[in-house]
Amino acid sequence: MNLVSMDFAGYTMGASDLIPLLPLIVLTAASVWVMMAIGVKRNYAFALYSTVTGLLLALLMAHGLMLRPEFAAMPLLGMDSYAQFFTVLICAAAIGVCLLGHNYWSEFDDQREEFLLLLLLATLGAVVLAGANHFASLLLGLEILGMSLYGMLAYPVQSRQHKGHALEATIKYLILSAVSTAMILFGVALVFAETGSLAFSGLENLPAGPGIAFSTLALLLISAGIAFKLSLFPFHIWTPDVYEGAPAPASAFLATIGKLAVFIVLLRIVVETRALGMAPVVIVFSLLALLSIIAGNLLALLQDNLKRILAYSSIAHMGYLLIAIIASFYSDGPIGIEAVSFYLLAYVVMTLGAFGVVALVSSHAGERDGIADYQGLFWRRPWLAASFTGMLLSLAGIPLTAGFIGKFYLILAGVESGLWLLLGALVAGSGIGLYYYLRIVYRMLLPEPENAPALEQGSAGFAVVLALFVLLIVFGVYPASLMHLIEAIAL
Amino acid sequence: MILTLLIALLFLGGLLAWFSERINPAWPRWVALGVLALELLLMLGLLGATPENGWLAEYNRAWLPRFGISLHFAADGLSLLLLLLTAFLGIVAVGSAWNEITGRVGFFYFNLLWTLAGVVGIFTALDLFLFFFFWEVMLIPMYFIIAIWGHENKFYAAKKFFIFTQVSGLLMLVAIAVLAWFHYLQLGFFSFDYFDLLNVRMNRGMEMWVMLGFFIGFATKLPSAPFHNWLPDAHSQAPSAGSIILAGVLLKTGAYGLIRFAVPLFPTAAAEFAPVAMTLAAISILYCAKVAFAQADLKRLIAYTSVSHMGFVTLGVYAWNELALQGAVMTMLAHGLSSAALFMLAGGLQHRIHTRNMFEMGGFWGRVPRMSAVAMFFSIAALGMPGLGNFIGEFLSLLGAFQANPLLTIVSAFGLIFASVYSLWVMQKVFQGKYAGDAFDGSGLRDLDNREMAFYAAMMLGLLWMGVYPQFFLDLSAPTLQALLDGQLGQSLMGVARP
Repeated sequence: MNLVSMDFAGYTMGASDLIPLLPLIVLTAASVWVMMAIGVKRNYAFALYSTVTGLLLALLMAHGLMLRPEFAAMPLLGMDSYAQFFTVLICAAAIGVCLLGHNYWSEFDDQREEFLLLLLLATLGAVVLAGANHFASLLLGLEILGMSLYGMLAYPVQSRQHKGHALEATIKYLILSAVSTAMILFGVALVFAETGSLAFSGLENLPAGPGIAFSTLALLLISAGIAFKLSLFPFHIWTPDVYEGAPAPASAFLATIGKLAVFIVLLRIVVETRALGMAPVVIVFSLLALLSIIAGNLLALLQDNLKRILAYSSIAHMGYLLIAIIASFYSDGPIGIEAVSFYLLAYVVMTLGAFGVVALVSSHAGERDGIADYQGLFWRRPWLAASFTGMLLSLAGIPLTAGFIGKFYLILAGVESGLWLLLGALVAGSGIGLYYYLRIVYRMLLPEPENAPALEQGSAGFAVVLALFVLLIVFGVYPASLMHLIEAIAL
Repeated sequence: MILTLLIALLFLGGLLAWFSERINPAWPRWVALGVLALELLLMLGLLGATPENGWLAEYNRAWLPRFGISLHFAADGLSLLLLLLTAFLGIVAVGSAWNEITGRVGFFYFNLLWTLAGVVGIFTALDLFLFFFFWEVMLIPMYFIIAIWGHENKFYAAKKFFIFTQVSGLLMLVAIAVLAWFHYLQLGFFSFDYFDLLNVRMNRGMEMWVMLGFFIGFATKLPSAPFHNWLPDAHSQAPSAGSIILAGVLLKTGAYGLIRFAVPLFPTAAAEFAPVAMTLAAISILYCAKVAFAQADLKRLIAYTSVSHMGFVTLGVYAWNELALQGAVMTMLAHGLSSAALFMLAGGLQHRIHTRNMFEMGGFWGRVPRMSAVAMFFSIAALGMPGLGNFIGEFLSLLGAFQANPLLTIVSAFGLIFASVYSLWVMQKVFQGKYAGDAFDGSGLRDLDNREMAFYAAMMLGLLWMGVYPQFFLDLSAPTLQALLDGQLGQSLMGVARP
């Protein structure tokens, strides 16, 4: 304990310091509340309302605190505008997953309430990550998020109707996640040995002269661990299996909030400490981006399973995002940071929307995630199919959608820093990406099959998908106010 | 204001057409026809406007102030000519789809109108981001038109069309971003406005690369060899209305982009690049004419001839003198009409006898004299017979190009001879010779009805007008072209909206 105390030298916590932490406090209280409510009497509707209310409260508080710079950094958690902005996003996405899950679990033959509890806890972990500016809080956040996700991914294993591979998915995620955390820990230990500090700002003091090999090793270990969590090539192997095996709401959570939270930390580390400045690190990151874009897109071509396609395409999208991270290292302008912020938001909207459609079409008893399951969806459920098409076109970066503005930001950031090779990969990757996105769209346009099973109408989940679709179009056509906000919250 | 109205009308009309299907399946086509007729009237109204600084109408409003992006639309004579072509061919496309499209009617006309909305946006946008926005917006509905209502290999064709245009478009987006970035470096603020970006100066190497980004984007759409690969597939698989819009209007957006953006924004690099572009044009003209001759599929053949004819446009643009540019614009207009008519004919024929294979046809003149006569007219127009629009266009562009590069012009002129060869060959194969037998007796091979004749007659009149009295069109486009040549385009009517 004494070891880390120097990061807190001269710091005493006052009551006013609790104000920026309000979203975290609300989320914690909501978790305890839901747990106790379940303990007293199982009532799914009550648990759901409590969860959504808790998330909504946290969201509103974060929103209120968003443009209040007077509540600035503390040594462990810097709940600044940047963190509060992403807290809003995380809570909103979590509400979306909740409502999608409501539809998915409606006929579940096992207890449903604990999924909400796990979801609240995982959200708490993600919010901690959004504010982390210290390796202790980074690990804390990662573990709260990870531990809850194990439970969410394996949730239906006790159900007799479950025919999927949720357990396999969880074990894979558990082992690889543990390995990656261990790598981060090792890297952090090396950093600490060198600088005597666990705050992110301590990275500035890593020796660049004779001790550079040591510093580089430390940074590379941390990078590799983060690359595992973000499923960047070549640390991506777990992603498709986990996405496919897990229940759709859990996959949706992992794919959106799970990725988002880690990316927020990564951006903060890169922007605030110039850690990429260690010579080989930026080269490694460029390679990771390049390979992720190419491999993610190429591997997605071979898939017939929607969740696997989304998994591989998410690998490519993480590669696109890294371009902006690298750009924010090369140039001092804020465009790189804004690009990451906008693209992350667009990514959450479109990925949640795409998984939302899968969750709506599937149920706990069986995932309907083969491309063939979507044949003729356009003529059976026009609005659902139109929303799905919108999500896919947004992932492909076509105008009228938020994904296009995001891609435009990335290109601008890349141009600003002259990353021509990576921009070339972006263009090529988008071209390949179109192929598999259009394949899905085309399937939906085909005449519907003769003996198509009836689709249930989930009103809450459907509303979420439609709302996401509207957001997608609004951010794609008139993003001026959002751009203004993102400019204001940039680190 | 009128320009935003033109675009909004098409977007809203598309939605209206889609939803009107629920009331009555016959309504969407009437809605589409009404909307397009209204568009045409509004555009004709613009003919009477008095130009200020050469612009007939302008609209400018901030859109994304963070990057100095605005909703900046403006139309001059050049835009207006192409707008008129767009609305006119839109009506023709509705006419050709009238009875041919029977499934999901509402969604079809929705896509048709949205494609045209994108095209109108392209011809009027003066903000490069806005231009790119519309450039991509028109792809999606066109993809749907090919993928849903196309023929046997539609998915492959639709996908190829989309991926080719999208990838080349992204290269253009990167180039636009670089241009805007240089503007930021030199003037300290972001702008995507055409008039601002005209003043950006870059070093020689960079200017060439950025220009190439634009060129690839436009040359893919035009298309020019070696980027023409998507076109034969897209054309042969699309329904007739889709082919009409593709050949008549969408290809012209590429040519318009070259004239409006690729050359004026990068005068030095474009001048250096001109010999290469003109060589590619000559290759397009000759090679695609040769390939057209080898086709058995009627629509593929017409598609290749389109590439060949568009070669004259590239040739004219990169010669960059007034004669050649006038020729390029005339070729765009005339080819718009003649290729649309030929695709409509081929589509009509396929609708009747369910094949596009010319080797199964023959001697149709006796059975369908009206159709044969119409085909004869448009074949002759396409091969460049004096008295019709195509001749004026191709002749002017050759005349202008000769001043710039005599050798390539002489080579390209052989394209006219090849055009005669394949056009007459088609006529002989399909309409003359021995009647292809009883195979088609039971099929729906019937002559053109009055509705179809009316559309063909309108296009014939247009081509005759262009051929006999081209001065009307030349006068409209001359001020724009003259200003482009002098580099005098740097003034806007309303000034630039700045945050």
